[in-house]
Amino acid sequence: MEPKIRIRSITREKIEEDFLASVFGKFFIEVSSLAFFTLRFFKEVLKPPYEFNELMKQSFLVGYKSFPLVGITGFIVGLVFTIQSRPTLVKFGAVSMLPAMVAISLIREIGPVITALIFAGKVGSGIGAELASMKVTEQIDAMQVSGTNPFKFLVVTRVLAATMMLPLLAVLADALGLLGSFVGVNLRGHVSASFFFLQVFQSLNFSDLFPAIVKTFFFGFAVGMIGCYKGYYANTGTEGVGKAANSAVVFASLLVFLLDMIAVQITSLYQY
Amino acid sequence: MIENAIPITIEQDPVQNGSVVVKMVHLRKSFENNHVLRDINLVINKGENLVILGKSGTGKTVLIQCIVGLVDCDNGSLSIFGTDISELSEKELIETRKKIGFLFQSGALYDSMSVRENLQFPLRRQQHSIPKEKMNSLIKEALENVGLSKAIDKTPAELSGGMRKRLGLARTLILKPEIMLYDEPTTGLDPITSKEISKLILEVQQKYNTTSVIITHDMECARLTADRIVVIKDGMCEAEGSFDELKNSTDAWIRSFFE
Repeated sequence: MEPKIRIRSITREKIEEDFLASVFGKFFIEVSSLAFFTLRFFKEVLKPPYEFNELMKQSFLVGYKSFPLVGITGFIVGLVFTIQSRPTLVKFGAVSMLPAMVAISLIREIGPVITALIFAGKVGSGIGAELASMKVTEQIDAMQVSGTNPFKFLVVTRVLAATMMLPLLAVLADALGLLGSFVGVNLRGHVSASFFFLQVFQSLNFSDLFPAIVKTFFFGFAVGMIGCYKGYYANTGTEGVGKAANSAVVFASLLVFLLDMIAVQITSLYQY
Repeated sequence: MIENAIPITIEQDPVQNGSVVVKMVHLRKSFENNHVLRDINLVINKGENLVILGKSGTGKTVLIQCIVGLVDCDNGSLSIFGTDISELSEKELIETRKKIGFLFQSGALYDSMSVRENLQFPLRRQQHSIPKEKMNSLIKEALENVGLSKAIDKTPAELSGGMRKRLGLARTLILKPEIMLYDEPTTGLDPITSKEISKLILEVQQKYNTTSVIITHDMECARLTADRIVVIKDGMCEAEGSFDELKNSTDAWIRSFFE
């Protein structure tokens, strides 16, 4: 009986060891591969020829086409946040603080993060699926054969467009979120627009706005980069397209939270 | 077993007199433990139509991907127009690629672009300052060559399988390549359209004096287009000859392709 137990024990250890090696191995391979992909982006972005036309086209597709979704989401978030916060503030007799509280929360945190998550869902998955399907149907190879650098044409332009457009979308979401908040305040009472927005702007400082906008550049870069990476290195076959789109959203969303956590730590160092 | 194989010796190297455009010597390529190309020795002469036959998975597509530089070979040498491509810089490789056309099995058309834009794309990439009038006339000519003049404003999704192949061919031909690589040009097409594509390949070769490498499983296409056929088995050139020579081969395995 003893040898049997020994064999079972060794086998289980071996399986666990292999499993851990496989999980960590895959993780480190993925991280290093993404790091090389990012380094290649910085190498290619500075090298001529520059793809201005494609950059403009991608900025239109990534930015302008996301305006309605981001705008509606921002408005609803502002409205709902105001309605949900009001009872608690009423309980403490601080309902007059509602515009200031909503403004600071929206501008500093909720606006940029919600916009980045919506952006990851729409743009990140779109880029991932598009590039993966181009790979599956040999369109990337066709580009390479015709003397075009596909990395420069497809990846650099999309990442730059995402990096430039997300801050604009976040500002739009913030503005419409405040409008939603104004509507929310007026559902249960009457506050004039001038008074509401005066309260909002009096409560905001440059130190609220600046870090919030800066971090959206990083969010946009992360979403664009992850979408391109997942699409560019997708497995062949239609299954690869679905996986690329799905993992682009998952990883980009995760990275948005991770970057937000780092940004908050950095800004808190000099704010308080 | 190698039948009628062309011996490649330095002394008789036809690259020197310009008649050979592609030369492979002891070419090898593996993907991890999968040894796709084991030892390929092959010369492709200027202006000829070379058909490559072989079972699926024997490395035919990898072979032409090596020619165009989409896949790097592990060992051996591959010369195009007398230059070893492993010695080329990225810029030189792009210049060499401009002389090579590649018709992909799927057509590899850009889905987000119209037929016109699919043809404009390679032109704009290679000839940055091309006037609009010249570009339009080249597009018109390329579409007329493949009989697709009326489809200029359609999108690839609106085209049939045969039309997609023809558009892929037009997109490649618009750059007037010296070497054309066809990856299974008639796969998935009905016999009539297949014959049309085969005739088109011949017309292209005669009109532009291109060198063509055609990978196919379609014996009718091979019969119509081939000046010379090479059969690949287990990553090596197993046999070589004309259509009739290989059809009447003493090797039953080679004959089985033609039955």
